[in-house]
Amino acid sequence: MDLAFRRIIISAIFIGVAILYILRLFYIQIIDDTYKLSAENNSRRLVVKHPARGLIYDRNKKLVVANEPAYDLMVIYGQIKNLDTLQLVSILGIDKKTFVTELANAAKENKYRPYPIVKQINAKTYIALQEKMHNFPGFYVQVRTVRNYIYNCGALVFGYIREVDKQNIANDPYYEQGDYIGKIGIEKVYDTYLRGIKGAAYQQVDVKGRVKGSLEGGRHDRPSILGKDIISTIDIELQQYAEKLMQNKIGSVVAIEPSTGEILTIVSSPTFDPNLMVGQNVNKYYKILENDTYKPLYNRAIQGDRYPPGSTFKVLNGLIALHEGIITPSFTVSCNGGYFSGGIKVGCHAHPSPVSLLESIQMSCNAYYCTIFRAIIDADKYGSVRNGYEVWRKHMNSMGLGKTLGIDLPSERPGIIPLPTYYDKYYGKNRWKSLTIISLSIGQGEISMTPLQMANVAAIIANRGYFYTPHVVREILDTTMDNSFKQKHVTTIRPEVFEPIIEGMYRVVQGESGATARHVAIPGIPICGKTGTAQNPHGKDHSIFMAFAPRENPKIAIAVYVENAGYGATYAAPIASLLIEKYLTDTIKRPAWEQRMLEMDLIHKTDAK
Amino acid sequence: MRNRDADIVKRLDWITIFLYLGLVLAGWANIFAAVYNEEAGSIFDISQKYGKQMLWIIAAFIIGISIIIIDSKFYSGLSYPIYIAVLGLIVLTYLIAPDIKGARAWIEIGDFRLQPSEFSKLATSLVLARYLSGYGKKITDFSTLFRASLILLIPIMLIILQNDTGSALVYGAFLLVFYRLGMSGWVLVAVVYTVFVFSFSIIYNSFYVSIGIFLLAYGVYWYIARIYKFLPLYTYIVPLLFIVPWVIQYYFVPELPEFFPFAVGVLILFVPAIVFIYKKKSKIMFLTYFLTVASLGFTYSVDYIFHDVLGAHQQSRIRVFFGLESDPKGLEFNVIQSKIAIGSGDFWGKGFLQGTQTKNNFVPEQSTDFIFCTVGEEWGFVGSTVVIIAFILLILRIMYLAEKQRSQFSKIYGYCVASIFFFHFLVNIGMTIGLMPVIGIPLPFFSYGGSSLWGFTMLLFIFIKLDSDRDVLIQ
Repeated sequence: MDLAFRRIIISAIFIGVAILYILRLFYIQIIDDTYKLSAENNSRRLVVKHPARGLIYDRNKKLVVANEPAYDLMVIYGQIKNLDTLQLVSILGIDKKTFVTELANAAKENKYRPYPIVKQINAKTYIALQEKMHNFPGFYVQVRTVRNYIYNCGALVFGYIREVDKQNIANDPYYEQGDYIGKIGIEKVYDTYLRGIKGAAYQQVDVKGRVKGSLEGGRHDRPSILGKDIISTIDIELQQYAEKLMQNKIGSVVAIEPSTGEILTIVSSPTFDPNLMVGQNVNKYYKILENDTYKPLYNRAIQGDRYPPGSTFKVLNGLIALHEGIITPSFTVSCNGGYFSGGIKVGCHAHPSPVSLLESIQMSCNAYYCTIFRAIIDADKYGSVRNGYEVWRKHMNSMGLGKTLGIDLPSERPGIIPLPTYYDKYYGKNRWKSLTIISLSIGQGEISMTPLQMANVAAIIANRGYFYTPHVVREILDTTMDNSFKQKHVTTIRPEVFEPIIEGMYRVVQGESGATARHVAIPGIPICGKTGTAQNPHGKDHSIFMAFAPRENPKIAIAVYVENAGYGATYAAPIASLLIEKYLTDTIKRPAWEQRMLEMDLIHKTDAK
Repeated sequence: MRNRDADIVKRLDWITIFLYLGLVLAGWANIFAAVYNEEAGSIFDISQKYGKQMLWIIAAFIIGISIIIIDSKFYSGLSYPIYIAVLGLIVLTYLIAPDIKGARAWIEIGDFRLQPSEFSKLATSLVLARYLSGYGKKITDFSTLFRASLILLIPIMLIILQNDTGSALVYGAFLLVFYRLGMSGWVLVAVVYTVFVFSFSIIYNSFYVSIGIFLLAYGVYWYIARIYKFLPLYTYIVPLLFIVPWVIQYYFVPELPEFFPFAVGVLILFVPAIVFIYKKKSKIMFLTYFLTVASLGFTYSVDYIFHDVLGAHQQSRIRVFFGLESDPKGLEFNVIQSKIAIGSGDFWGKGFLQGTQTKNNFVPEQSTDFIFCTVGEEWGFVGSTVVIIAFILLILRIMYLAEKQRSQFSKIYGYCVASIFFFHFLVNIGMTIGLMPVIGIPLPFFSYGGSSLWGFTMLLFIFIKLDSDRDVLIQ
């Protein structure tokens, strides 16, 4: 074909497009009525349809976090006509000044986009307002839902929702001003599931603000998609009970189902009422909580990484010594009020001597653990102190210490198991030996564990050597979760060596004389536990208890940490025992104990001191 | 020589210049209308957009006159330096420019913002014209086509880096120039076909797209069957090869993948198709069969990549692009508002400054990308049609003049100018009337903004100058 002919084809394309566009204009401007609105009397409005946020259930399918309707008064500034501010303010029952400031903000933001001017009006005001709505062109009410925390507990696990800020909007274009986003807890981590997908409806509105129907027969509307419901692993009644037991105490409780890694209860005390953090009050209460000296917004259970584990740590040293073949259960150490070597003294309390492995756990003998810890670190087979320490540290890492476990809650801290380089820096390279770090043998010194890690250690012992990543969400309905929580983590410790340790822990509660936690035994429920009393630079010792029960087929592994409360046996053990009893039998047969723990007020006592 | 200088006014193509003046002034009036409100000052108030536009227009006239005065050899001679300078400016912009609406495309000098990518179209046109007018260059030679494409690809890549994809798409317009110079028309058809299949694969279910592809291929097959006088049986049996597996899948084995019937049909046809192609040396059968297979593969790949490879966020962007989803910032809202504004214009329009829908409100880009709404609302069907006709006349006039050039350089350059104007016209107006996805590129001479006005003015006036010298051979 002649190339010159192509100019005809190109011209034809140009003219064709022009004709097509003219026909399209003819259709839009003359034929199609939907576009032919009298612009003077009509305006369009984009109504965002907010889907109901997903609900949260506990492990027994009890509804825990529910929704309630709330009404926001919206304004499109550019559509306001003859506004009677006084009348509107009196219906709403708010201050005129704040209203006027907000109106100015609305004008500044965007004159032609909806702006939430008064948020979360109550139902009564809403009805009153609805009757007079026609007097206020440019204003309309948008219905959305707010959260209701039915059991008034679990603020830090479930979290709360709050209006998005500029940063949130910048990070995720899904959000618009006035939307809500999950802060802390499940609400935050699972926000993208819970929030659903917003819908949109385009309405035609007349000059009086009355809806005249949907635009183009609703062709552009998009339905909202409900948020997904979540089934949590929390046992809400246990959670509630644990929070009650921990009231007026500073500390933390974590309970895990060992066979699944599901968290039954996770408490950080003092806590706060999640129902305070709904509605217009969020900003006010957030400030109060933020300035509270006891830091209720700080989740001690997963962020408390300055907690030394104290004597609970001894069982881990025992496990490593057995696994590495450093000792056998029959190995004995004599203790005369402590461990003395090279001018260093680690004191011990009065107890029968000498002690075997089982007795050392039962009576929590310091000398025993100083001896075996040094035996591990200094063992000839590793060649050097540094290598010995590395073997020890790797075992600790495999049991989830010194690193985050990967719980599905925000801001988890890793705790501390120091690297050898840490000691190099502190003491000089190869200038430290087992005696330098002897405090590690009894769970003091540079190490720390979060209560979550301690509960997980209890679960590892209960399982005889493995664990599942602790988590608070079991299922997102209609969604397949990634199954990283179903993956078994096997520790480096041989399963056989757990039995003697478990027997020792059994004797801590059910043992004869010298057992540190005999008073918390529950008839018919074999509990294996270990007390801890951690010295710390912040005052009185921390009271610690780590346990699991029953001994065979354990159903619950628990760690209780009460700050500055004294012996592990005094507070932490009874609280753990009550929670075990509650979870396994659903009743409390020791009301006196319960009463004592509930009434114990450590916060105001310490204040007085 | 003196004689020539005196003649220059006579040798200018005044039709083009009048069309240009008309469009520029109409654009200014519409910017005034778009921004206008009761409190606004006079049209000459330079604190307002329309006042600023007036300054840009005056500057544009000065630029236009300067271009006419400069010797036309300058443009072909300095095309490469200009090209390199503009590209350098784009790189510089990328490095120093602030992020405005996600793109780094503007250099800010005080109050004034310069968008270098508006000038790279001009520079690219000059270089392309210069290169392709070289001795013995034929676009049908692969190496020529390759180098010409490279000339386009450099600015395209740079502009995409600036995150200004809309402006980069404009370079697709040069395909028309290549076509005019002899590139196979099939390339155009293939591009259009690919864009269609791609768009449909995203907008509709791949299954329906596949049915469309099948029907298209079957249409061609009918044609082949008639030419080669196939037995009627063969004509009727082909659809059955697809329908039977579909019935099996639908009623008996629903867990089979959606593309199962197409895969089965295409596979069964493989041997007969190959035999036929081999025996009859049938190019058309070859194209029909393999294009169908490729298209089916393409639609399901797009489907797969879109749903399974891209993240939700990227999916959303593409869906917004095709108008399937209203994005949170309201792109779709803009299009609805735009259509309503235009639709409310009716036959005669509401009159100058009488528009209510387009007053700096619902459509944020009212004075720039959506300026045509104001035309539609205030001047109605009559005004809009006049604007469309004016644009098409300008484009056709440029083409007509281009064809008259004796210099290959001027001719190719003229086609570049026409194609660029056409692409902007096609996309910008198409977007406001809902026929094109929302791509933020300006309407030449109408949209507010100095850079684009100057860019288009230079583009056009260089051609006017070249045309005035068409009796002088420019190489």
